[in-house]
Amino acid sequence: MSDAITLTGSYKTAETRGTTRSLRTLVSIRRYASPIVLVCLWQIACSSGLLSTRLVASPVQIAVTGWTLVCDGTLPFNLGVSLLRAGSGLGLAISLGVALALVSGLSRIGEDIVDAPLQILRTLPALALVPLYILWFGIGETPKILLVALGATFPIYLNLHKGIRSIDPKLVEMASTLGLSRWQTIRDVFLPGALPDFLTGLRYAVGVSWLMLVVAEQVNAESGIGHMMMDAQDFLRTDIILVGLLVYGVLGLMSDQIVRLLESTLLAWRPDGRKGRTA
Amino acid sequence: MTHIQSDVHPGTAVIVERLTRRFNNGPPVLDELDLAIAPGEFVALLGHSGSGKSTLLRTLAGLDPVTDGAVTRPRDVSVVFQEHRLLPWKRVWKNVVLGQEDKAIRQRAEAVLEEVGLSHRSNAWPLTLSGGEAQRAALARALVREPAFLMLDEPFAALDALTRLKMQQLVADLWKKHGCAVLLVTHDVDEALLLADRAVVLERGRIRVDVPITIPRPRRHADPGFEGLRSLLLDALGVHAA
Repeated sequence: MSDAITLTGSYKTAETRGTTRSLRTLVSIRRYASPIVLVCLWQIACSSGLLSTRLVASPVQIAVTGWTLVCDGTLPFNLGVSLLRAGSGLGLAISLGVALALVSGLSRIGEDIVDAPLQILRTLPALALVPLYILWFGIGETPKILLVALGATFPIYLNLHKGIRSIDPKLVEMASTLGLSRWQTIRDVFLPGALPDFLTGLRYAVGVSWLMLVVAEQVNAESGIGHMMMDAQDFLRTDIILVGLLVYGVLGLMSDQIVRLLESTLLAWRPDGRKGRTA
Repeated sequence: MTHIQSDVHPGTAVIVERLTRRFNNGPPVLDELDLAIAPGEFVALLGHSGSGKSTLLRTLAGLDPVTDGAVTRPRDVSVVFQEHRLLPWKRVWKNVVLGQEDKAIRQRAEAVLEEVGLSHRSNAWPLTLSGGEAQRAALARALVREPAFLMLDEPFAALDALTRLKMQQLVADLWKKHGCAVLLVTHDVDEALLLADRAVVLERGRIRVDVPITIPRPRRHADPGFEGLRSLLLDALGVHAA
């Protein structure tokens, strides 16, 4: 009696592969089945009067309201305002975060000056600054954009700074033996080497931007998705509130996809296993 | 004298004079070391870990400062390290011509990659290369600068035995073609005997043995002329050959 075992396998023919593929489609459909069933139950509960529309509007009502808001221009206008605020705030955060991270990542003195205050500020909940921001900047666009910028700067700074600091010193040494100038070393070694961490920071920053925007627009605003929702609250329009929530959700999802796309394009040099690695 | 002189004439020999180096006031890692390398000479530097080989190489490469003594070396030098140290975010050919910014870089990169037998991977990402391929790329990166002095810091130590043999042959060929002075830091006595004109054994920051290797080239690993030198070098390294 020997201890040998035989391992066998058979190469899949095109036909059996076809079957697996349709099976896989079925599985991916199954993933959506449960949410669809929940929405159906929600609709039934509303239609039968089990769930008061004062508390929550029915899915059909939300769809109708959403369409009306699109047609009369309310939703596109408010969406545009919100996007502009989030975009400007995020743009400001990226410029500021990158600049600070470069200063503190590339020089010891810079780190001493920049890093400590930022690490202290980071622990403050940014949303607690809303009253102060309104006092300082009034109720226009400025406090809203700055609030978004404030929240989003930290993830950019922290991740990029970490990325620059964790560059393999052997690569920097190599650059110096090749006679690269300081600027060439920054451009060819530090920046591309820190890019994966920067993109991780960007993903967090985008998420934070939406969060800050929601608060900024609900506390004090005359336009924007958040304002539209607060307005609806006064008139007990749960359908409009839910449309707003849906829009926020879609925006968050889409911006995350965009950053993922950036990652897979810009980090093409990474072997497949590490691509799109979640942070 | 406490500085590196980069002589303007290409092909000037390397001269190390009374070079002393300590770390944190400890015992000297290099102890009044004198060493001269002629233009086009291939010198193998042997020694145990901590004998000062790497410190000497780093000083010659300009990575460590000269604090006591003097070093003269050509201006155009290149280093190949034990790890390939390729930038993973640049394609192979861009790694080869890293830091060079003129119009002919692509041609130069292709030409030198051809020389090291890697032209088929010139567009590849470094992380997809095998160990031997990556080290060939590192060699190409060192050679594209036409150095008068090439430093090899245990460049084959991380490779498998068969790849190492091929790489040693490649280095021998490239050295013959380019004619630059070479300092090869290695642990491997046979590697030194196969490639070098001269073997230097370093011990506690001083030169213990400095012998010429006069066996005619091309050399083969099994050359009977190696025996005497091999036991001499192994003796100097404190390993007693049977």
